[in-house]
Amino acid sequence: MRKSLMGFASILFVIAAVLPSFGQSAPPQEGGALPKISFPVPQDQAYQQYLGLKGGGTFLVPQIKAKVVIVQIFSMYCPHCQKDAPVANEFFSKLSADGKLKDSVKLIGIGAGNSDFEIDFFRKQYGIKFPLFSDGDFEIHKIIGEVRTPYFIAIKINKNGTHKIVYSKLGGIENADEFLNKVKSFSGIK
Amino acid sequence: MIKTLKYIASLLVVVLMAGPVFSLSDAYKNNIYNPGDLKPVDSVARVKAGDKAPDFTLPSISGERISLSDYRGKKNVVLSFVPAAWTPVCSDQWPGYNLAKSFFDENDAVMLGITVDNIPTLYAWTNQMGKLWFPVLSDFWPHGAVADIYGVLRTSGVTERALFVIDKEGIIRYVNVGDINKRPELGALVTELRKLKK
Repeated sequence: MRKSLMGFASILFVIAAVLPSFGQSAPPQEGGALPKISFPVPQDQAYQQYLGLKGGGTFLVPQIKAKVVIVQIFSMYCPHCQKDAPVANEFFSKLSADGKLKDSVKLIGIGAGNSDFEIDFFRKQYGIKFPLFSDGDFEIHKIIGEVRTPYFIAIKINKNGTHKIVYSKLGGIENADEFLNKVKSFSGIK
Repeated sequence: MIKTLKYIASLLVVVLMAGPVFSLSDAYKNNIYNPGDLKPVDSVARVKAGDKAPDFTLPSISGERISLSDYRGKKNVVLSFVPAAWTPVCSDQWPGYNLAKSFFDENDAVMLGITVDNIPTLYAWTNQMGKLWFPVLSDFWPHGAVADIYGVLRTSGVTERALFVIDKEGIIRYVNVGDINKRPELGALVTELRKLKK
């Protein structure tokens, strides 16, 4: 009895230990690395140019041509994301207008549980100009710890291709100027 | 020792049995109850596309009583049954329809959101979603009577996650009783709404 119970517990421990590989992980921590999440290279030429990517296939976030990449996790179904969408647009405009930041800091959005249709609708509804990627079956959302939305993660990419997370927080941008200052602070680009 | 092992094993079983946590807006903070992964469908269909939609009258959170027949000859109607207030997938479904009003307008359609929760619960819950453009109806008493007529009342007393598209003549044109654990994709509903024009 005792032996079988221990055996059962061991099996459960093994299953629990491998759960992270199925996505049951914690939200990305500042100082750590972004889990490997890949996306298809966008067909849109303007997005390819913005991200510094070419051709087809897939890419990883740290492969984006930038010193800092900000990743917005959102959903078109999330009321706070809907409310924050115009503010995110304002932030992107200010980012794009800043001579020092515009080529160094890139912004992308990931629609957790959103299909291509839903992403496209959200983009058109709010006139979003930065690239959005769908995550229809929550695969990426699971890998990044099933965070609530909106959630922002920023990674700083080193010259040797390594990177680390410099920002990881729940909540929207809320104030474009304040968020821009935060970006200047964690990117070190002023 | 055995007692400790039993405790650890029980704890792990609970952790492992917990269902998937879906994308959830921060609008609800920590107030969402996660029922875990449920049996995808737990009811027997009673209506199908081509049938006349059974009429009903239900109270809404605005205080009005709304009948399906109110829209006869005027508007196409989408019935959106969601299982329960304050649960993960449901809480992120209607805010999407709220944003997608233009698709309903383009196709001369309205939506009626229905759950088996009572009015005060629905009022508190939907207030977190912002101002909804569509009526929210309570099928609380007699409990789930309308859901039962449509064949979407589960054995636990909540409803399926179901969509019914009903045309202006009161004929059911589309039925989607999907996996309760998953939100139906918006594009599929829009496709069905667009078919009403043809």
